[in-house]
Amino acid sequence: MFRSLAPPEYLATIDRVKCIRCKRCIQNCGWGVYSWGGDKVLIDTFKCVKCLRCYHYCPEEAIEIKDNPTRFKQNAYWGYNNIRNIKKQAETGGIPLTGMGSDLPYTILFDNLLIDACQVTNPSIDPLREPMELRTYLGKKPSSVKIEKGKDGKLKLAEPAPPQIKLEVPIIFSPMSYGSISLNAQKVLATAARECGIVMNTGEGGLHEDLVPYRKNIIVQVASGRFGVNPDYLNAGVAVEIKIGQGAKPGIGGHLPGEKIPLEVAKTRMIPVGTDALSPAPQHDIYSIEDLRQLIYAIKEATNYKPVSVKIAAVHNVAAIASGIVRAGADIVYLDGFRGGTGAAPSIIRDHLGIPIEHALAAVDDRLRQEGIRNEASIIAAGGIRSSADVAKAIALGADAVGIGTAALITMGCTTCGKCYTGNCSWGITTQRPELTARLDPEVYAERLINLIHAWTHELKEILGALGINSIESLRGNRERLRGVGLDSFTLDILGVKPAGR
Amino acid sequence: MVKIDAKGTYYRDLNKKVREAVEKGEKEIVLENVNGQYYIGDGLRAKVSITVEGVPGNDLAAFMDGPTIRIKSNAQDNISNTMNSGKVIIEGHAGDVLGYGMRGGKLHIRGNVGYRVGIHMKGDKRQGPTIIVGGNAGDFFGEYMAGGLLILLGLEGDGPIVGDYLGTGMHGGTIFVRGEVDGNMCGAEVGVMEPDEDDMKVLKDALADYCADLGLKLEDVMAKGFKKLVPVSARPYGNLYAY
Amino acid sequence: MNHNYQKDISGCGLTGLISRKRRRVSGSHIVKSLCLMTDRGNGLGAGYAAYGIYPEFKDFYAFHIMYDEPSVRRTVEDVLKASYHIEKIEEIPTSPVKTIPISPLLVRYFVEPLKEKLVGDVEESDFVVSTVMRVNSEIEGAYIFSSGKNMGAFKGVGNPSDIAEFFRIGEYEGYIWTAHTRFPTNTPGWWGGAHPFTLLDWSIVHNGEISSYGINKRYLEMYGYKLTLLTDTEVAAYLLVLLIRRHGLSIPVACSALASPFWKNIDRMDEGEREALTALRLTYGSALLNGPFSILFGHSRGLVGINDRIKLRPLVAAIKDDVTYMASEESAIRAICPSPEKVWAPRAGDPVIVDLED
Repeated sequence: MFRSLAPPEYLATIDRVKCIRCKRCIQNCGWGVYSWGGDKVLIDTFKCVKCLRCYHYCPEEAIEIKDNPTRFKQNAYWGYNNIRNIKKQAETGGIPLTGMGSDLPYTILFDNLLIDACQVTNPSIDPLREPMELRTYLGKKPSSVKIEKGKDGKLKLAEPAPPQIKLEVPIIFSPMSYGSISLNAQKVLATAARECGIVMNTGEGGLHEDLVPYRKNIIVQVASGRFGVNPDYLNAGVAVEIKIGQGAKPGIGGHLPGEKIPLEVAKTRMIPVGTDALSPAPQHDIYSIEDLRQLIYAIKEATNYKPVSVKIAAVHNVAAIASGIVRAGADIVYLDGFRGGTGAAPSIIRDHLGIPIEHALAAVDDRLRQEGIRNEASIIAAGGIRSSADVAKAIALGADAVGIGTAALITMGCTTCGKCYTGNCSWGITTQRPELTARLDPEVYAERLINLIHAWTHELKEILGALGINSIESLRGNRERLRGVGLDSFTLDILGVKPAGR
Repeated sequence: MVKIDAKGTYYRDLNKKVREAVEKGEKEIVLENVNGQYYIGDGLRAKVSITVEGVPGNDLAAFMDGPTIRIKSNAQDNISNTMNSGKVIIEGHAGDVLGYGMRGGKLHIRGNVGYRVGIHMKGDKRQGPTIIVGGNAGDFFGEYMAGGLLILLGLEGDGPIVGDYLGTGMHGGTIFVRGEVDGNMCGAEVGVMEPDEDDMKVLKDALADYCADLGLKLEDVMAKGFKKLVPVSARPYGNLYAY
Repeated sequence: MNHNYQKDISGCGLTGLISRKRRRVSGSHIVKSLCLMTDRGNGLGAGYAAYGIYPEFKDFYAFHIMYDEPSVRRTVEDVLKASYHIEKIEEIPTSPVKTIPISPLLVRYFVEPLKEKLVGDVEESDFVVSTVMRVNSEIEGAYIFSSGKNMGAFKGVGNPSDIAEFFRIGEYEGYIWTAHTRFPTNTPGWWGGAHPFTLLDWSIVHNGEISSYGINKRYLEMYGYKLTLLTDTEVAAYLLVLLIRRHGLSIPVACSALASPFWKNIDRMDEGEREALTALRLTYGSALLNGPFSILFGHSRGLVGINDRIKLRPLVAAIKDDVTYMASEESAIRAICPSPEKVWAPRAGDPVIVDLED
């Protein structure tokens, strides 16, 4: 008899000669792939997700995880994911879930954009020894300032400036809730955010009391489930974000499975233990743009006018939507592109709804400029930022800062296996099982995330230096310093970028 | 007691005046000639009682934490949005999406309410919200309910007591409906049962406070039977997904 | 397809002087100074701007217009006649120069907007700017390259001495002079591409390439400016006009926006000043001029010299009596002022601001 007509995706193998039967693979696997057979390790390869935890913890390098060569016949049209999903649906009648951002081979615009460099007519700048500024302020900027001379002869502001969030690097950690990720994973983000002078975002899961000391580096999120939202929470961070949508699943709600709702998560969210935490598809107090304005100002009234960010998924009409959001009073527009990550989304939604961040960002920046309101709000671009080059390209297209989620999780051991929704993450990231979360030592892993941000900081400075500019604001929206390779003229027009060679 | 004339005052200025009065230690505030000002009591944290004369604007008592607000007329939409504690008493009718994501405190409405009232209410052992509606309610009453107490009385006696999709997506908390419940109007996630003795005690305590606030006789309200609605499953969507 | 432009790149040398007491000095001085730096250019562009040269027409806007197509002269004059009283029309006096066999038709007009055209609360200067923008962007073959009162720009394709001879610069007398020799790398030699670049009575000569051009351009477009020349100089000029004339910033504050202090230094200021400079920087981040530049910026009340934040382009200043000199090289100053009282190199991003005495 078969268990499933969907063959295992991976083949976990143990070199029996090398294996010393230390059972570390059994302890480490959160999926139950390995078990003890009395004299040897048994393997249930159907459960393997290739998260590589066992591989890294095998002292003898005896483990190998192979892509199953016999899983399905190669077919250029009927892809593996199509056949696998049909088999699963035939067996369960359910909606196949997935985690992470879409991995389908749509064109990646970031990889078709190249950055300029200086030669002769203007000089490149040596970033290691000369000043190079990445500091970024998020928030509404006035269109002009009134500055007067004080009695002491020094300059001072004639009118107070709107509140800003100060970032030492134009990067923030994208919202990932307590519940979708472990408390230890959130602590890694909070610690790194504080150390790097940037911010993390609570996502829609409330604020665990252990994170309160990091409040100066936290944006709190209000979404449709209203989990953990009280006046303390609203005032706990440097800003409040209203989440309308997420790039991986535009237009649909959240659904944190009961496996990931133990007591602590339930307490923070104020819902029953073990129930599915439901985030409705819409916020039920926002059915129209004037309702968004109403909620933005309700939050401002409750927080003595902290900056409010509005996060939306990049969808077809994103430019007009973003314009409405800015006119509704948002201080920050957070755009989450098609490739954005998720802890759980129906794969049919993740892989087929929305548009990439590159198009969305270019369209929104253009629209806000055409309407003369680009200064009214900052733009955060997120959804598939993989490297400092993506950061630089996003900023040149018009972003004030970028959000990174998956990249941050990869520093914690994530291998993008995409099984976050099961709650079995062997790296202790997207799980609430105490024996798994205990593996993620916040101090140890914060160091790795800090290293990543420092490395990207250096790389960004190298890029700026090559561009001959010593401040990030001179790259922001400076599409003149980008060129497209292999892009059609429509796409170039949307991006506002010339083709290479021109 | 301090009286504030709200006539023609923009909400930002009115709410600032209220905050200043609260900061001065004022315990009783009367807002006169209110008409449409948003966010009254928004995020306010204090033991203070505020009386609103006139129809207040949307999002009254949003994120509120402590005060008691009495509205002497009808009220609009989004009252007690994500409210944490305190009490709102509405002597007339009220609109849609009342008590959205409410976490604690009480919302007592004398008259009818609109659509999506008491949706996604929270609650645990530490605290939980209560909404009591004297009249009838529209569709999606108690949608996504995760905790707390919703009581619907139907005292107005005109038309059906509640709309369609009652308690749809409910996975926690309790709804009591005075009189009979049409099973066709209930969400798939709801089970209808008879209240037991403990339930009646909970009801009686809640309604005693309600009646005191609105000048009703408890025995009149209790004269009719109640139905209790609870989620049939803590995980109504457990089988929706293929892993 | 607003992004699909080819930007103009050039290197250069510049020089300027101002007599604070408004003593009018002959153009021959500035020519001598500029010619010392001929090797900073490549003979493909030079120009001069002077203030105080038209005292007899000082209340009229002096439009200097070049016609690549003599046939469009009529079109332009029809446009002008419809909205302006024209006090005088004359060809700009030139001398034949062997190295400049071909030149556009060069005509100057002393004009004043008709009162009835200034409807509503339109300011006269905005009206003039819109005329300049319209002619330059809409009428092919015509270009208004100078539009201020009691001042004028003279520029073309050629080396500094030939352009000076061609325009008979030595015959003008002014109390502020700026001059420029150009090293374009890619322009087909259009006369309008030479410096100074002017708008109303604001004039700019500029050395260096602004690496932030792309965002500076997009920022200005948000305020309705049409960038027709695609040169850094045009961007610098419009930014100054926007910040000073429209946003009401003082000249030193505007300079702090265009070449802002580093965050490190802002962080060390006391609270009031820190707040002011932080707000200034985050409001005008897109106006920051980044990359190598030195600029001389003339206007009806004075002369300003400024260079970039890390001194990638040279600027030297000197004082003798009531005259302040600024140039790319000290020798260019010494050529006309052998023994100044004081010579100094302004620090990076630190403007030299000289105002005329009333």
